[in-house]
Amino acid sequence: MNGRADGRELILSRIRAAVASAPDVEITRAYRTSGVPPEPVDLVELFAERVADYRAVVHVVEEEGVPAAIAAALALRGVGRPVVPDGLPPGWAPRETVTDDPPLGPAELDAAGGVVTGCAVAIAETGTIVLDAGPGQGRRALTLVPDYHLCVVRAGQIVAGVPQAVALLDPARPLTWISGPSATSDIELNRVEGVHGPRTLEVVIVR
Amino acid sequence: MSGRATFLGMPAFPVNAAAAVQDSQLRFNLRKATHTIRGRRASVVAEVPDWAELRAAGRQIKDHTLRNLERYLLRLEEAVTRAGGHVHWAADAREANRIVAGLVRATGETSVVKVKSMATQEIGLNEALAAEGITAYETDLAELIVQLGDDWPSHILVPAIHRNRSEIREIFLEKMAEWGRAAPEGLTDEPRALAEAARLHLRERFLSTKVAISGANFMIAETGTLVVLESEGNGRMCLTLPETLISVVGIEKLLPSWRDLEVFLQLLPRSSTGERMNPYTSTWTGAVEGQEFHLVLLDNGRTGVLADEVGRQALRCIRCSACLNVCPVYERAGGHAYGSVYPGPIGAILTPQLRGTTSDLDASLPYASTLCGACFDVCPVAIDIPEVLVHLRGRVRHPRAERLGMRAAGWVFDRQERLTRAERVAGRLRRFVPRRLPGPLSAWTETRDLPDIPPESFRDWWDRTDGGTR
Amino acid sequence: MRVALFITCVNDTLFPGTGRAVVTLLRRLGCDVEFPRAQTCCGQMHLNTGYPREGRRLARHFLDVFAGYDAVVAPSGSCAATVREQYPRLARAAAPSSAPVRASAAAPVRPPAPGAIADDGSAAFADAVAELVPKVRDLSEFLVDVLGVTDVGAYFPHRVTYHPTCHSLRGLRVGDRPIRLLERVRGLELVPLPAAEECCGFGGTFAVKNPAISAAMCADKARNVTATGAEVLCAADNSCLTHIGGTLSRQRTGVRTMHLAEILAATEGAR
Repeated sequence: MNGRADGRELILSRIRAAVASAPDVEITRAYRTSGVPPEPVDLVELFAERVADYRAVVHVVEEEGVPAAIAAALALRGVGRPVVPDGLPPGWAPRETVTDDPPLGPAELDAAGGVVTGCAVAIAETGTIVLDAGPGQGRRALTLVPDYHLCVVRAGQIVAGVPQAVALLDPARPLTWISGPSATSDIELNRVEGVHGPRTLEVVIVR
Repeated sequence: MSGRATFLGMPAFPVNAAAAVQDSQLRFNLRKATHTIRGRRASVVAEVPDWAELRAAGRQIKDHTLRNLERYLLRLEEAVTRAGGHVHWAADAREANRIVAGLVRATGETSVVKVKSMATQEIGLNEALAAEGITAYETDLAELIVQLGDDWPSHILVPAIHRNRSEIREIFLEKMAEWGRAAPEGLTDEPRALAEAARLHLRERFLSTKVAISGANFMIAETGTLVVLESEGNGRMCLTLPETLISVVGIEKLLPSWRDLEVFLQLLPRSSTGERMNPYTSTWTGAVEGQEFHLVLLDNGRTGVLADEVGRQALRCIRCSACLNVCPVYERAGGHAYGSVYPGPIGAILTPQLRGTTSDLDASLPYASTLCGACFDVCPVAIDIPEVLVHLRGRVRHPRAERLGMRAAGWVFDRQERLTRAERVAGRLRRFVPRRLPGPLSAWTETRDLPDIPPESFRDWWDRTDGGTR
Repeated sequence: MRVALFITCVNDTLFPGTGRAVVTLLRRLGCDVEFPRAQTCCGQMHLNTGYPREGRRLARHFLDVFAGYDAVVAPSGSCAATVREQYPRLARAAAPSSAPVRASAAAPVRPPAPGAIADDGSAAFADAVAELVPKVRDLSEFLVDVLGVTDVGAYFPHRVTYHPTCHSLRGLRVGDRPIRLLERVRGLELVPLPAAEECCGFGGTFAVKNPAISAAMCADKARNVTATGAEVLCAADNSCLTHIGGTLSRQRTGVRTMHLAEILAATEGAR
């Protein structure tokens, strides 16, 4: 493609000319990169509170209580056979599940009642869960198309703020940062939960 | 019909604004929406103790990137290519549209789904694709409202801000069937019901469309990663499900390193929707999960902005729209008056730089502000919008009468003797000032009384009384 | 300490009473203020309307006139802000690499007076800006920060509401200084103005270039003012007050406008 090469050189030469005499700028990072001032807080508590602010359903349980919490949540929701990704810790999922092997098509995912996953990192200050498509999380479509997402977060995965999360994540993996259920502010700038992504987000935090 | 071409031939801002300000429904909608978001932004920004430091870092990172743009773009190109993506360069809108249309045609598809993107609106991509027989379906709720309503976007973040819930309901009932699945019968104007109608309308399209087009909020040079922030999940649908993804991104959207996201993922959501974090952020590097990925890097006037020492700070903009939401002029004029996909204070400095100031409309944009400074205060990357407005005012062509008046005033102010004489003349003629002024100055006396001219100026009083001591 | 009064061209011509009030007030506080007679205009109108060449010329004149004073006090937020915000920009833009200014190229260039700052492109201009700019203060800043007073011994038995003008608030960042001064005026009842921080819509030539929006903004401001039930609307800038006052008068609201200096200068027996 001829135009392609021309466009590239044209843009780059314009840039060179435009900034030739501009001074460079030093970057000072005086913002917080650790901790949640003003006072030390319980990250589990803060995370639970912030996720709930976005109208996600939140449970805090001990390790041995995880299977029961998941089972109860699925039962209440009426999800008989949730989609589960590879690598979900044994015992978390109910007996009846749908696996992504062979990969599920969009229609099959759409027909599923829900999905159960873990996560890579969670952020207390913003109430955010980050999935990196690693074990127990699956590819991105799994947590997108089903209308219900149940996510298990271990206390050790919760960091205080955005900088700590960015430092832990691998940009080579496709990442999905989730803060509450799907929402929109497009009607009169008021937040309404539930549009195209899962309309219900349920979070089980393991102390 | 959104897009640049549509705005051609529009009258100047004051004319558009004067019409808009008469529309009481519009004013009510805008006032309600902007005041809601102002409060939300203020409260989530106030809870961040290091906001000032984040803002400073955001400004510096952007300035540093712009200064080293060539180096970082090349690094980005290399990283994206290494990760299996294809990089294209578009010097202007026509070239970008040609590249995208070619890529879509190569897939054999005739329809694409779109994630909300300012860059593709700026270049009029939907219209260009339509000319090639390709239908672009907008999937963001507000963009959908605009597309169905055959309307123009009026806000950067919420393009349908000028519509209230009952207007949206009417558009859905009337138009959804033409574009796909019809609106549910008995649709109410409850925001929840309207969101549900959009979900149903677009669901099947998401699951079946093979090509998606997006923009991006950020591109990371170091890693080749693209970042899209959104709320509804339509972005995730478009970025994840289709087999081919084409992203059209302005060259200024670059950040040098992965770490820089730690700053912008704090600045943007809080400034934009007034949330601690937006519901969904997707990042991907090259071709992932079996997808084919194309990145179209767009100049379209940006390098011209970059060459302006004062104006280039506009390229720091991360399209949060906080400046629109606090602007008293935007609140009353609405977005359409600015005649560009970039309305409000940022539009008033960006549009004349991208398009030039040859049209009446573009030349009037630097004056669409009282210079009150509210925009600068809330800008998360500290763009001194009033400074750029004043700078651009110095570049546009002024009306002849104004030029003469300004020159005369300058002449009077050059010497105190001339000012003294002018003041005495005014004092003598003070009884003859009419209640309504003629010509352009009648704009003042239309709604305001004039102050009385005093018989004696301050300096004459000072001389007569020796500074009030006599 | 040599203190100069920068009256501003608007006050000089249209509101001499404000200037007299500043003189009365400062003298009462033991501060003898000088009035450099060669002063004219800071260049705000030209700079903000897109006539940088004239604006620059007036800036140079301003720097000449006020050089050597320890403080320059101005009863106008926007004029003080012009000096403090725009002069440093002019100094930066005066570097030789800056783009030529085209629009007002026809204006005659006056040769510099002997001893005056030679050339707006020279380092002397930048030095003069760096030297003078920190000394220029709005009245409330001067009273609170330089003279260290908030109780100026005023008496004004009226219901007053205060509009913080944009350039005082967001340009100079005077904060609550005017409020602190007003709160200590005996007899004065200060009532808060709803949406006080919102611009009144004046914006200099904006008022005539965009009259519809300007009027709509001022109508909202006027409504907020009358809602307070105040007899007097006070601000520290007569330009904005002319705009709001002109609207209040046209609407026959009965609310009058007064500059902060005039209220602070008032004592028992006066008015």
